[in-house]
Amino acid sequence: MVALPIAALVSSSTEQGASGFWQVVSSPEAVAALKLTLVVAALVALTNAVTGTIIAWVLVRDEFRGKGFLNSVIDLPFALPTIVAGLVLLAFYGPHSPVGVHLAFTRTAVYLALLFVTLPFVVRTVQPVLGELDLEMEEAARSLGADRFTVFRRIVLPNILPGILSGVTMAFARAVGEIGAIVIISTNLPFRTEVASVFIFNQIASGNTSGAAAVSVVLLSISFAVLLLVGGIRRYATGHERV
Amino acid sequence: MSISVRNVSKRFGDFVALENISIEVNAGSLTALLGPSGSGKSTLLRVIAGLEKPDSGSVFIGEANVTGCAPQERGIGFVFQHYAAFRHMTVADNVAFGLTIRKRPKEEIRTRVTELLELVQLQGLAKRYPAQLSGGQRQRMGLARALAVDPTVLLLDEPFGALDAQVRAELRDWLRRLHDDTHTTTVIVTHDQEEAMEVADEVVVMNRGRVEQVAGPRELYEQPANEFVMSFVGQVNRVGEAFVRPHDLELTLEPNGATPEAMVERIVHLGFEVRVDLVRDDGERLSVQLTRDEAERLELDQGQIVFIKPTRQTVFS
Amino acid sequence: MSRVGLRGFAIGYLALILIAPLALVTYRTLFEGASQAWHALRDPNTIHAFQVTLTAVVIAVPLNTIFGVICGLAIVRRRFPGKGLVNAFVDLPLALSPVVVGVALFALYGRTGWFGPFLGRHNIHVLFALPAIVLATIFVSVPFVAREVIPTLREIGNDQEQAAHTLGASGWQTFWRITLPSIRWAIVYGVVLTSARCLGEYGAVAVVSGSIQGKTETATLRVDDEYQNLDLSGAYAIALVLGLIAIAILLLMSYARPKEQRA
Repeated sequence: MVALPIAALVSSSTEQGASGFWQVVSSPEAVAALKLTLVVAALVALTNAVTGTIIAWVLVRDEFRGKGFLNSVIDLPFALPTIVAGLVLLAFYGPHSPVGVHLAFTRTAVYLALLFVTLPFVVRTVQPVLGELDLEMEEAARSLGADRFTVFRRIVLPNILPGILSGVTMAFARAVGEIGAIVIISTNLPFRTEVASVFIFNQIASGNTSGAAAVSVVLLSISFAVLLLVGGIRRYATGHERV
Repeated sequence: MSISVRNVSKRFGDFVALENISIEVNAGSLTALLGPSGSGKSTLLRVIAGLEKPDSGSVFIGEANVTGCAPQERGIGFVFQHYAAFRHMTVADNVAFGLTIRKRPKEEIRTRVTELLELVQLQGLAKRYPAQLSGGQRQRMGLARALAVDPTVLLLDEPFGALDAQVRAELRDWLRRLHDDTHTTTVIVTHDQEEAMEVADEVVVMNRGRVEQVAGPRELYEQPANEFVMSFVGQVNRVGEAFVRPHDLELTLEPNGATPEAMVERIVHLGFEVRVDLVRDDGERLSVQLTRDEAERLELDQGQIVFIKPTRQTVFS
Repeated sequence: MSRVGLRGFAIGYLALILIAPLALVTYRTLFEGASQAWHALRDPNTIHAFQVTLTAVVIAVPLNTIFGVICGLAIVRRRFPGKGLVNAFVDLPLALSPVVVGVALFALYGRTGWFGPFLGRHNIHVLFALPAIVLATIFVSVPFVAREVIPTLREIGNDQEQAAHTLGASGWQTFWRITLPSIRWAIVYGVVLTSARCLGEYGAVAVVSGSIQGKTETATLRVDDEYQNLDLSGAYAIALVLGLIAIAILLLMSYARPKEQRA
């Protein structure tokens, strides 16, 4: 079910031969799209690494009214259709925005849209790890004289790092592939705000199947790489525990 | 129903769990498989149960060769160390499970479950869930569940290992009495020698995939087959070539013939008994067990020199 | 790094990035364009779009649930060659761009694709028709049930199943009475996630369906269509409906969520 279409995809991308593949992939428009995609996705992933961890920390370690509400709200980007998210963001950041910004159709818009869509990833991978962290480890460190910052840096962080990393990589993959939330807010100006997924869409809409397939394969490889990375992180983390 | 294990071997990758094991379990007996971790005792039990397939050899329950049979077909009852309770079912449903799937009439099931819950003293807890029971209660439930289908053979895999000392002792006692009432052939795996000695008619001592000795508790203690068995089954001292039990060492204040000397390192009063830790010139440490009276008579002090004489010793060729 | 400071940051960030935009849209649609919104929802094309989405959900969710449970059991309880590969393929839709999924389906079912000639000869329309939409929806929602079932199965271990065997239960009886009940919450949560994904799918169906009004539009495609046609109130109306369904799903998710993730 999954394997067959993928296989067909790869073969289709090589229809025009290796040079045909390269031609599409290295065309200026494609390169620009890929570059934009990767850069923004990386920025989003990094932002999430920090904000996601902070949010997870607050959710696990802090108590306040409305925490349950916040915890549920975090899943909204998971549950919401991406195009709806796009519309919502347009309303908020676009021409009629109450906040007075006019960020639609800019690269920042792409960044913000992806931030919305990837919000849950790091939070949800860090939360369980943080929750299971043995508080006694931190207490032991404190009794040995470590201050709060050192405890975080040397005790907490190494233990939640696998969680952060896997959340970050999944967020990155999602950001690279996102289309629904972006398609509305960025109008996809080639070379300016066109991301790889939109580029592919345009290719196939204009009948250039193998061209679309070629760039798709690039994204596919990134996806596979991400999966391998996450699997590796998972293996490292559990090996780490069986000390 | 007797159990006969013939030339069973099993490995897990490079690790040899069982090496050509053959044992006979008499019908109606309570046998313990005793040994340290890694000795293969659990593996052997699971092979008898059909939860593991041996690489070679055969298993007979009664007259029937069950080697190729699945656990469902062997008519056994199995009790797990960590209870394996069906978390989503009540205690009553857990116990009734074997009968439910055999499609017994509801009346019959209800009577039998009530009977069994009384037997294991869990009456009144029928509608609770396993999560609401203590460890000891869960294990009693596990026993009732296994007994519900009238197994010909009852197999227990370190059943009391996860419980605390007092509950363990109670359940041990209770198991023995249950066995005396029902006479179901029972095999229990344990690493606790005291448990094996107290509960079993016969003990199979295992080490590293092999059987070291099969004997009743008394014979095992007094006539161990080798050094491993002797030291596993009780405390033992090494005096030259010989092995001596702590209570078989006599202490005197005067030399008497060729008795070696030792210095008192520590005297520990353990209620009725007194344990005296000694050390010899060559650094060898010994442990002697005396009654309170004997210790008082000798008036021992730390640092004192005494002389030891084995009243009974064992030498292995 | 004071407690209040962190808390403030977290709440502030969430409020800005998440809550404010949503509140705004809700307000706009409900209070500023209520009647237009209602009118837009009665449009036959819109109703048809919802029907298409529903069809896809109703087919994809049960299929992927069954697949997820079987797959989970196979991966956790059995050894077989290529297990790692199967695991990777199950996870793939999570990391893959939906547009790429659409292109892949094109490569398979398109005129120049692997099945193309065969389909053409028998006059079966997959692309630009309902089957493609359903296939795309199935593809992107494959992982969810499996990914919930697998860790749960791992955590439970197979002690209970062994116990059932020793008590005489056959393989099938054990599965129905012991295994399935023990993973039921994982399945429920997985089904909720799958449904959310099916409902919200855009990229893949955009590629394969041709977005033909009244025929091959899903609800999500319709939102885009309305927007492109400058029927903003229409777009917002559908978006609101989808959003409300999403919130309902969210509540279900919170209810069925596995323990460790509860705040």
